[in-house]
Amino acid sequence: MQENKNTIKPSAYWNPLVAGLALGLVLLLTFVSTGHGLGATGFTTRLTAWLGMQVVPAATLANNYLGGMAEDAYPLDAWISWQVIGVAIGALVSAYLAHRIYFQLDGKVFLGGTKRPITALVGGLLAGFGARIAAGCTSGLGLSGAATLSIAAFVFLGTFFAAGILATKLMKVGQ
Amino acid sequence: MNEIISGLMLGFGFGFVLERAGFGNPNKLTGQFRFTDWSVFKVMFTAIVFTAIGLMALKYLGYIQIDQLFVPPAFLGAAALGGALVGVGFSIGGYCPGTSIVGLMSGRIDAGIFLIGLLLGTVIFSLAYPVIESVTSLGEYTQGDTLMVLLNTSDIYINIAMVIAAIAIFIFGGWIEKRSSGTVCSK
Repeated sequence: MQENKNTIKPSAYWNPLVAGLALGLVLLLTFVSTGHGLGATGFTTRLTAWLGMQVVPAATLANNYLGGMAEDAYPLDAWISWQVIGVAIGALVSAYLAHRIYFQLDGKVFLGGTKRPITALVGGLLAGFGARIAAGCTSGLGLSGAATLSIAAFVFLGTFFAAGILATKLMKVGQ
Repeated sequence: MNEIISGLMLGFGFGFVLERAGFGNPNKLTGQFRFTDWSVFKVMFTAIVFTAIGLMALKYLGYIQIDQLFVPPAFLGAAALGGALVGVGFSIGGYCPGTSIVGLMSGRIDAGIFLIGLLLGTVIFSLAYPVIESVTSLGEYTQGDTLMVLLNTSDIYINIAMVIAAIAIFIFGGWIEKRSSGTVCSK
């Protein structure tokens, strides 16, 4: 690893094999020490329930899906919440050390140009909705589940990539 | 290990590696769907194979029992539908849930907007839940949850096949990358 403190040129991303092995090591450690894998939407779902309780408590408690979670759960009681906070800190430290922190609206070239805020919002909305249907996201179900050889995880990854590739082709047509 | 320390430390490793892989960058992430950058396939498959072999080795050495691990249940219809929606969201928005957190921490405002969308999608799902509850348990495979049951074989053979598949992805992906505009290296 080359570290030159005098330059603000960002360092290169890791080779995918190195990154993959490092990710595998973190995932294996997670399984060995907790019995489950890594995730993300377990936290955002709890956060949604908590935010609902702050804004519309009666409606949130009455909701079939969020009610149980909102009743007895403070997001910070859950392991997954601390794990996601850890992800944020880890990403921040890594980006800082690599001189990669830029305040920007990224992705305009491929993802809608001036409409980028809309594609970001709609993309997030679909991903959030889909992750609840599947009860997991790319990391929670796809990555962690596949490591346990779960059938559902491989089905998820298959349709995830197939639909993503198809939608990307259609996005190009739209531009 | 204490829950908070465990979550923070493992999460730190997860976030650090994702950022180093370039997965906070939507141009690199979606490059996989344009076939110009195969990092997503390469990193994910390497991690999956490494962990699967690691878990298998620890099982045979008697350090862990596989039935103590969480294996996602085999609601295959729900997994297929959810996977497709997350995939479309990824290709339109440029992130998946975990990587949007990484993108936000490197200063990307679009990743923050994606995260707001993620919460909105969760709200919409919750409001629609009475109507779509059955979708979440769609297409259950009742024989078991793992590929060992489905393919009626041992995890050793599955892992050997996955190693071969991973090597093929590296070779084939690298070949396609060379013929395209190339990978996203930094920023």
